[in-house]
Amino acid sequence: MTMTAERELLPRTGPNGIWSWITTVDHKRIGIMYAVTAFAALFIAGLEALLIRVQLIGPNQEFLSADAYNQLFTMHGLTMVFGVVMPIGAAFTNYLLPIMIGARDVAFPRLNAFSYWLFAFSIVLMMSSFVLGGAPDGGWFGYAPLSTELREVVRMDFFSVGAQLLGVASIAASINFIATIFTMRAPGMTMLRMPVFVWMALVVAFLLVFSLPIFGVGLFQLFFDRNLGAHFFSSGGDPLLWQHMFWLFGHPEVYVLILPAMGIVSEILPTFSRKPLFGYPFVVFSGIAIGFMGFGVWVHHMYTAGLGPLAEAGFGVSTLMIAVPTGVKIFNWIGTIWGGRVRFEVPMLFAIGFIAMFVIGGLSGVTHSVVPADTQQHDTYYVVGHFHYVLFGGAIFGFVAGAYYWFPKWTGRMLNRTLGLWHFWLMLIGFNLTFAPMHILGLNGMPRRTYTYPEGLGWGFWNAIASIGAFIIGLSFLIFLYNVVRSARRGAIAGPDPWDGRTLEWSIPSPPPPHNFDEIPHVTSLDDYWHQKYTTDEEGRAVRIAEREDPAPAAEHHDIHLPAPSFYPIVAAAGLVTMGYGFVYLPAGLVAAWIGALITISGLFGWSLEPIDGEAAT
Amino acid sequence: MLVAAALLLASCSGSGPQTSLNPKGPMSRDIDNLWQLVFIIAAIVFTVVQVGLLYSLWRYRARKGDDREPVQLHGNTRLEILWTIIPVVILASIGVPIIKGIFEIHEIPVGPDVVQVKVTGHQWWWEFAYPDLTSDDGRSLVTANELHIPAGRKVNLTMTSADVIHSFWVPSLAGKRDLVPGRISHLTLEADDPTPPGEPLPGQCAEFCGLSHADMRFKVFVETDAGFQAWADQQLTPGTVPTGDPAAAGWEVFSTTCTACHRATMLQDGTVSVVGVERHVDVRGETFVSSLAPDLTHFGSRTTFAGSVFDNTPEHVATWLADPSAVKPMNPDRNDLTTGRVLGMPNFGLDQAQIEGLTAMLEGWQ
Repeated sequence: MTMTAERELLPRTGPNGIWSWITTVDHKRIGIMYAVTAFAALFIAGLEALLIRVQLIGPNQEFLSADAYNQLFTMHGLTMVFGVVMPIGAAFTNYLLPIMIGARDVAFPRLNAFSYWLFAFSIVLMMSSFVLGGAPDGGWFGYAPLSTELREVVRMDFFSVGAQLLGVASIAASINFIATIFTMRAPGMTMLRMPVFVWMALVVAFLLVFSLPIFGVGLFQLFFDRNLGAHFFSSGGDPLLWQHMFWLFGHPEVYVLILPAMGIVSEILPTFSRKPLFGYPFVVFSGIAIGFMGFGVWVHHMYTAGLGPLAEAGFGVSTLMIAVPTGVKIFNWIGTIWGGRVRFEVPMLFAIGFIAMFVIGGLSGVTHSVVPADTQQHDTYYVVGHFHYVLFGGAIFGFVAGAYYWFPKWTGRMLNRTLGLWHFWLMLIGFNLTFAPMHILGLNGMPRRTYTYPEGLGWGFWNAIASIGAFIIGLSFLIFLYNVVRSARRGAIAGPDPWDGRTLEWSIPSPPPPHNFDEIPHVTSLDDYWHQKYTTDEEGRAVRIAEREDPAPAAEHHDIHLPAPSFYPIVAAAGLVTMGYGFVYLPAGLVAAWIGALITISGLFGWSLEPIDGEAAT
Repeated sequence: MLVAAALLLASCSGSGPQTSLNPKGPMSRDIDNLWQLVFIIAAIVFTVVQVGLLYSLWRYRARKGDDREPVQLHGNTRLEILWTIIPVVILASIGVPIIKGIFEIHEIPVGPDVVQVKVTGHQWWWEFAYPDLTSDDGRSLVTANELHIPAGRKVNLTMTSADVIHSFWVPSLAGKRDLVPGRISHLTLEADDPTPPGEPLPGQCAEFCGLSHADMRFKVFVETDAGFQAWADQQLTPGTVPTGDPAAAGWEVFSTTCTACHRATMLQDGTVSVVGVERHVDVRGETFVSSLAPDLTHFGSRTTFAGSVFDNTPEHVATWLADPSAVKPMNPDRNDLTTGRVLGMPNFGLDQAQIEGLTAMLEGWQ
C-alpha cells in the first residue's frame, strides 16, 4: 500500500501548520508538544550525564573543570526532574486523561496550553544560562547559604526564577486536571471505575497543588536573600529553614515523579496478562496513601543536619512505613500476572523492567530509613544509586513502556518490535552497569557532587564500569529515537485497538479525531471497553462477544463544539518568562520585568475577553 | 543474575581506606552491624519478590496453541491484608534498633577522658582546635586538616561552619554530621587502635560546598596515649623566626603578606604571640576559632596540605605557592577580608627566591 493511501487510513488530527500548533488548545496536541520538548530535554540532560561520566571514568581526570562539573551536575538534576520526568508525566496525562474518562478535552483548554508554553519557555530560560555567564551551580537542591552567596553572579537566580515559573506552570496544570477528573467523567464512570492511571494523575495533581506553593515561597525567600538584602537563610538567618522549605516540596515531588509511571504499569500489565488488575481498590488506595504519607517524611533528607534524635526517630518511623503501600502495589502487580496468559510485547518488557528495577530502588530506600546507617549513606553515591533506580529504573522505564504502548494511539502506527527489543536489553544492561556499582562506591566512601576523586581509595574500577554503562544507555536511547522517527512515518498501521486493550482510549480511532468520541460513551463498569468486547463464562474466563466492527472513521459532525484555538496563552507565558529574565538581571533588568508584565497582562486581558464558543468541529 | 551476585559479594567486604564497611571504632561498628542486619532482610525480600515475579512470568507465559483465556480474577482481600500487615511487622521491628541507634549517636560523651575538639568548617579546609590542650601560658592547640586523636578514648567534636554547610565524614570511625553556619552540631569519634605510620584514616567533606568540595579532605591520625601527648606538646611549642637563608627570605614574605589571612604562633623577642589573623566567632554561646586561613605554625609536621589534597613535599609546596588556583579550583578574586569571605588563596605573583624561601621556612616548621 502506498504511503499516501496509508495516510488516508489515518484519521485527521486537525489543521496543519505552525500557527495551528502555536494556538492549539487540543489536549492531544499539547500532550505531543510536552512529549517532544521533554524528549529533547532528555537528550540534553543525558549528554550532561555522559560528560559527567567521562570526567569520573578515572581518578584525577581533567576533562572538565570543577566549575563546569558543578554546573553540569546541577543542570542534569534540574533538567531531568523539571524538564524531563515531570513533563513526560504531563504529556501522558494530557493525552490520555480525557480519552480515558470519555471526555472531549480538559476542563480549561487555554490554561492547558498556557501551562505547556510556560513550561517550555522556562526550560529555555534555565538552559540559556549556560551561554549567559554560567548555569546554576549550587546543586538542584540549592542549599543555602551556598545558594545565597556570590550574588554578583546571576547563576543561582536562573535557578530561583526558573524553578518558580515552572512551579506556576505545574500548579495551573494540576488545577486543570483535578477539575477535569472531578467534573468531566463520562456518565456512569464513578471514581472507582476510573483507570488507575487517572487515579494516579489525580493524586499527583493534589501533591503538586499542596507542595509547590511551599517551594515557591522558599524560592521567593532565596530570591530576596540574593537580591534584596534579606536574611532568611543567610548572614544570621537559618540555613536549615531552606532545607525544610525545599524538602517539604522535594519529597512529595518524588511521588509526583513516580506515580504516573506506576499508573502506566497498572494499565499495561492487565492488557498483556489478559486479566484485570489484581486488587484495583487496594492499588488505588495505596496510591492515595502514598500521597498523604509523602507529606510526612521530608526530614529523611536531613538526617545528618543535626535536628536531634526525636525528629530523626519520628521521621525514621514514618519513612519505614511509607514502604508499605508501595509494597502493596508491587504484590498486586505480581498478582495481576499470576494466572494470566502473558504476552511479551515490548511495553510489557519495559513494565516488567520497571517492577524489577523499582524493587531494588525501593529496598535501598528502606535502608536509607535506617537512620544510623543513613549517616554513612547520606550524600554518597549510594543515594545516587538509589534514586536512579527509582527514577530511571522506575519512572523512565515506566514512561518508555507507556510510549511503546500508546504510540499506536497517538500516531496510528506501531513502533518496530525488533528495535524495541534492542532498546530494552541495551537499556536494561546499560542501566544496571551504570547504577548498581554506585551502591558499592557510596558504601566505600565516595561522596556525591565531587568533580574528581584521588587514587588510592579503590574507586577507579567501579567508576569506569559505571561510565561504560552510561554510554550503553545513550546508545539504547539513540535506537529508541530512530525507532520513533522511523515508525512515525513508516510504522505498521495500528488500528484503534492493536493490543486488545481494556480502557476507553482503545475504542476510538488511532490517532483520535479532534473531538475524541463521536458519542460520549455510557460507562457501566471498570475496564468498560473490555466488557464491551468480552464476557465471562462459568469458570470466570473471558469469552469474546460477537465480532465488533472497527469504529468507522470519524463522520462529519456539526453538533460538537470544541474550544477555539487561542493566541493568548502563549502570549501570557512569554510575558511571564520575559519578566523572569528581568528578575534574574535585577536591578538593570527592571525594564525587562515591566515589559514582561505588560505582555502578560495584555495576554490575560485578551484571554478573558475572547469569545468562549469556538467553531464547530469539522 | 551472576553480575548481581558478584556485585553483592564484592560489596560485602568493602574496599579502600575510606570504606564504611570496615569499621575501626565502636560508633561505625554499631552502624555496620545494624546495616548488615537490614541488608540481609532486604536481600531476602529482594530474592522473594524477584523470584516471584520471574516465576509468574515463566509459568503463565502465553504458549503456542494455548488459546484459553485466563480466569478474570479481581483480587483477594485476605492476601491484601496479609501483605500489608507482614511488612508493617517487619519494618516496625527494625524500627527498634534504629531508634536505639539514633539516641546513641546523639549522646554527647562527658568526663575527663573525653578529648574535646572544636571543628570549624571553611571553604575548603578544616580547622581543628583543642580547647583543653593548652600551653603553660594559656594558648590552646589550633591546627588544620589533620586531626590527631588517642586510641580507645571518646572524642567529642563540637562543630560549626564559617561560611556554608559542610559535613564531617570519616567513614571508618563514624557516620557523618553537618556543619551549619550559625548552629552547633556534635559528633562522637572513637578509634579502636592507633593507625599504622603513614596510614591515617581518610575523611572528606560530604555536603556540597562549592568549587572545591571534592578537595576538602582531612586525615585522622590515631595515636597511643603517649603518642598523642607527645604530638600535643610539640604542636603547642611556639615557632621560631628563621634567620638563615633561604628561610629568612620566606619569613620576609610571610610576615608581610601571608599574615593577612594565615596565622602562626611565634616566639619573638622573648614573647610568644600569634602573628597574623586571630579570629573567633560566637555561635549560640560557644566560641569557635574561625581563622581566615590555616594555622601554619607546625606546617612542616603535616603529611598533607591544602585540604589534605597534596602530599606535603617541597615540590608540591612550591607548585602551590606559585599559583594556588592552578592546582586547586578556587575563586580568590571574590575574597572580601572585611566580611570574612575567603574563597581560596590568591596568586601573589611570588618570584622564585620568595617561593624557595617560603618552602624552606614552612617545611622547617615541624
